[in-house]
Amino acid sequence: MSTLTSAANPSRGLRWDAWAIVLWIGAGLIMAAFLWVLLDLLGRGLGQISWSFITEAPENAGRAGGIGPILVSTLLILMVCLAIAVPLAVGVAVFLSELLPHRSRLRRIVQISLDALAAVPSVVFGLFGNAFFCIQLGLGFSILSGGLTLACMVLPLLIRTTESSIRAVPQRYRLAATALGMTRSRVILRLVVPLAVPGIVVGTLLALGRAMAETVALVFTSGYVDRMPGSLLDSGRSLSIHVFDLAMNVPGGDANAYGAGVVLIFALLVINGAVLCLAKTWKARSGMAITAAT
Amino acid sequence: MYLRSPARASTVLSPMLIGAGALALLASALIAFIFFVVLGEAMAALGEIGLWRFLTDASWHPSSGEFNLLPMVAGTGLVAAGAMVLAMPLGLIAAVFVTFYAPSPVATAYLRLIELFAGIPSVLYGLWGLVVLVPIIADLAAPGSSLLAASLVLALMVLPTIALIATMSVRSVPLERIQAARALGFTKASTMVKIVIPSARKGLAVAAILGAGRAVGETMAVMMVAGNIVQVPESIFEPVRTLSANIALEIAYAMDVHRSALFVSALVMIAFVVLATALLEFVTNKQAMPDVHPD
Amino acid sequence: MPGKDLESEIRHGHHGGNVMTVAQPCIEPAAHREPERHLWCISDLTVSYGEVIALSSVSLNIKENSVTAVIGPSGCGKSSLLCCLNRLTDFIPGCCVSGRILMHSKDILGGQIDDTRLRKQVGLIFQKPNPFPLSIRRNFELPLREHGIRDRQEIEHIMQSTLEATGLWKEVKDRLNKPAHQLSGGQQQRLCIARALSLRPDALLMDEPCSALDPISSGQVEELVLSLRERYTIVIVTHNLSQARRLGTDVALFWLRDGKGTLVESGPASQVFEAPRDDLTKLYLRGAIA
Ligand SMILES: Nc1ncnc2c1ncn2[C@@H]1O[C@H](COP(=O)(O)OP(=O)(O)OP(=O)(O)O)[C@@H](O)[C@H]1O
Ligand SMILES: [Mg+2]
Repeated sequence: MSTLTSAANPSRGLRWDAWAIVLWIGAGLIMAAFLWVLLDLLGRGLGQISWSFITEAPENAGRAGGIGPILVSTLLILMVCLAIAVPLAVGVAVFLSELLPHRSRLRRIVQISLDALAAVPSVVFGLFGNAFFCIQLGLGFSILSGGLTLACMVLPLLIRTTESSIRAVPQRYRLAATALGMTRSRVILRLVVPLAVPGIVVGTLLALGRAMAETVALVFTSGYVDRMPGSLLDSGRSLSIHVFDLAMNVPGGDANAYGAGVVLIFALLVINGAVLCLAKTWKARSGMAITAAT
Repeated sequence: MYLRSPARASTVLSPMLIGAGALALLASALIAFIFFVVLGEAMAALGEIGLWRFLTDASWHPSSGEFNLLPMVAGTGLVAAGAMVLAMPLGLIAAVFVTFYAPSPVATAYLRLIELFAGIPSVLYGLWGLVVLVPIIADLAAPGSSLLAASLVLALMVLPTIALIATMSVRSVPLERIQAARALGFTKASTMVKIVIPSARKGLAVAAILGAGRAVGETMAVMMVAGNIVQVPESIFEPVRTLSANIALEIAYAMDVHRSALFVSALVMIAFVVLATALLEFVTNKQAMPDVHPD
Repeated sequence: MPGKDLESEIRHGHHGGNVMTVAQPCIEPAAHREPERHLWCISDLTVSYGEVIALSSVSLNIKENSVTAVIGPSGCGKSSLLCCLNRLTDFIPGCCVSGRILMHSKDILGGQIDDTRLRKQVGLIFQKPNPFPLSIRRNFELPLREHGIRDRQEIEHIMQSTLEATGLWKEVKDRLNKPAHQLSGGQQQRLCIARALSLRPDALLMDEPCSALDPISSGQVEELVLSLRERYTIVIVTHNLSQARRLGTDVALFWLRDGKGTLVESGPASQVFEAPRDDLTKLYLRGAIA
C-alpha cells in the first residue's frame, strides 16, 4: 500500500493532448465523487459530536443520547478479534516463511486456502459465525462470538502482512545470529520475529481498520443490543451496526447516524495516519522497508 | 532460507515446528471448515426442497414454501455487473492518470486519498447512498432505491481497490517498452492503448476479479439503497434484492427450512468465491513469482 | 543448553576447562623439532553447491594461536572453507559438504561437537559488517543470554571488556542504547568482532573483514587482529596481499582449477612469500595474474 506512493513518478516527458484533458477530467470526477461522500458525512456529522455524544448511552432507539456503550462494545469486539488473530497469524507466518522450504507443496496449499478465505464475503462469515460460535458453541449473540468471527475474517490479511515483514528481515542477520551459536528456534523467536514487529504492527492496524469497518458479519453474531455490555458473553452493538440501524430502521435517526459515522471515520483516519507514520519512522530507524499487502 | 540441511539431530526443532505447523494447518483448514459448517446447515433445505426447486419455484416466498433463488442471483449479477462496468474504466483512468499524467505531488496525494477511501466502511457509503443519492434518483424515476443506486454506490466502493491494483500493474510496465514505442512514433494515446494496457493486462485482470468478488459479496451498502424487492428488474430504476441482502434481511427471523435455505444461498456465494480464486490462481500463476529475500 | 559449564568456561577465560586437554596434534609433522598444535585438521574436504564444486579435496592443517591468511582469486571457495569450519554450511541451501574436519581431534562434520557449541567456540566475521539492527547493548545481550549468561552485571562486564579489547569502548560508551547500525562501517565491524569475542571463542574466522572499510578503519581492524593473534586462532580471508603479509603467520593459497576450488600451497608466511614452491604462487604473488 504505502510502497505504491513512495515510488518516483516518472513524468516521462509527455505533452498535453486530448487524452490528457480526458484523464484530468476523469480523475477529477472520481475524486469529486469521493470527496462528496466524505464532505457530506463530515458536514452533517461533525455538528453532532460532543463530549456527551461520545460518553452517553443512546436514548429513544438512538435518536437522542450518545454512543458510549457502543464504543465500549466496539472496542471489546476488536480486542477479542486481535487477541485471537494476531498470535495465530504470527505462528502461521513463522511456519510459512521460516520453517517451510519455499517451494514446498504444503506451503502452496496453505496459501491458496488463505487466498480463498480472504475472498469469502463477509455475509458468509456472518452466517458461519452465527451457526458455529453462537449456536453450536452456545456463545449466543455475544461480543465473544463477534470477535471470533472477525478474527477468522482478518486472519488472511494478518498472515500475509506478517509473513512479508518476516521475509523482509535480511538473511544476513539470521546467518550472523546462527554464527553466534544461536539455535534456529531462538534465532526466530529472539531475533527475526522482534525485527518484524514493525511490520506486524502495521498489519495489525490494517486488520483493525478492516474489522472496524465490518458490519454484516457482526449483525448475526454480536447482535444489536445497545446497552453497556457487562461481560464478553453479552451482546454488544458495534459502531458500524449502529450507523446502519439508525439509518435504515429508525426514522429520524439520520442525524445521529451521521454523528456515529464521523466517529468511525475519525478512528479510521487515526489508524491510517498511524500506519503511515510508523512505516516511515521504522523504515528510517532500521533501514528495512515495511511491506504491507493491499 | 533454511533448506535441506545436511545437519543432524540438533537442527530438528520439534516443539516450534509442530506448534507453528499445527497453527498453519488450522488456518488453512478454516476455509474448509467454514464450508462444511455452511453445508451442514444447508443440508436440511437441500434434502427437503431439493436443488431443482431453488431454480424453478414461482418466486421467493419462504412462508408459503416457495424458494426460487434466481431473482436474487439475477439481482446480484446485475448490481455487480453494473458496478464493474463503471468501476473498471474509472479505475484504469485513475491508474493511467497517476502514472503518466499527474505531476508527482499530485499523484502521491491522489493515491493517498484513494487508499483512504478504500478503508471507508461500506455502511458509510450506504449512508451516503441512502441520504444523498437515492433522493436524486427518485427525482428522475421513483422510487429511487434501485438497481442503479446500488450499482453506483457499489462502483464507488470497489473503485479504490481496482484503482490501486491497476496503478501497481500499470507502473510495472517496463519504461523501455514505453520509450521504444514513443521512439517508433506512437502518440502518447496510442502508447497507452497499444502498449501500456496490454502489458498490464494481467494486473488488470486481477483487479477485475478482486473487484467483482467484492461487488458480489458486498451486503450492507447495497442493502441500504437497492430497495430489496424480490424481482428480476426490468429497468435500472427498479428495486432489486441481492443474495447477500436477502440473507441479511431474513436471517434474524428465519426458522427451520427457511433458515437452511439461506445457507444454501451462502453456498452459492462460496461457489462463486472458489471460482474467482481459481481464476485468480490461473491468471497470476504464482509459481512463476520469485521468492523475494532482500539482503 | 549446558548452562553451568559454559558459564564457568566463559568466566575463566577461553582455553579453560577441558577443551585444552583434548587438543592434540592430529598429524605428526615429520621434520619438525617440536610438535605443533593444530586446531583444525582438514582432510579431503569437498564442498559443492549443486553443480558448482566450490572446493575439491582440500587437505589443510590450521595451527593454533596463529593467523592463517587465506588468499586466492574470487570464487575459489575461500568463504566456503570458512563456512565449513563452523558448519554454517548447514544453513546454506543446496550446499553439500564431504570429507573430514577434526577440531580438537573431534570430527565436526560427523557431529561429534554440538553445532551451536561449535559456533560459540568459533566466531565468524562477515565481509559486510552486520550488527543486528538493535541497540549496541542488545547486540551483546542476545547471544550471551542464548549461552546462559543472564546476569545483567556480568553481561555489562563482558560487553565492556570486549569493547575495550577492540578499542571501541571510548567511542561507544555513551551510546550503548543507540542502534548499532548508526555506527560507522569500521566501528560496526569492530563491534561484530567484539560481539564474537564476547562468547570467548577459541578461534575467529574473518571473511574479508576490511573489504568494506576505508583505509583508516581497516588499519584499526588490522591492529586488532594483531593484538588478538597471541590468544586466538584466526583464519582471515583477504584479497589484499600486503595485508596477508602483515597479518599472516601462515598462508594458504587457493585457486580455481577446471572450475573447482583447490588448495595450491600452504605453509608458514615466510616460506610462502619468500620461497614459494608452486609456480602459480610465484606468479600470483608477483601480481602477474589476478
Ligand atoms: N549459496 C551458494 N549457492 C550456489 N553457489 C554458491 C553459493 N555460495 C557460493 N557459491 C559458489 O561457490 C563458489 C565458491 O564461492 P565462495 O563464496 O566460497 O568463493 P570466494 O573464494 O569466497 O570468492 P570471493 O573472493 O569473491 O568472496 C563460487 O563459484 C560460487 O558461485
Ligand atoms: Mg568470499
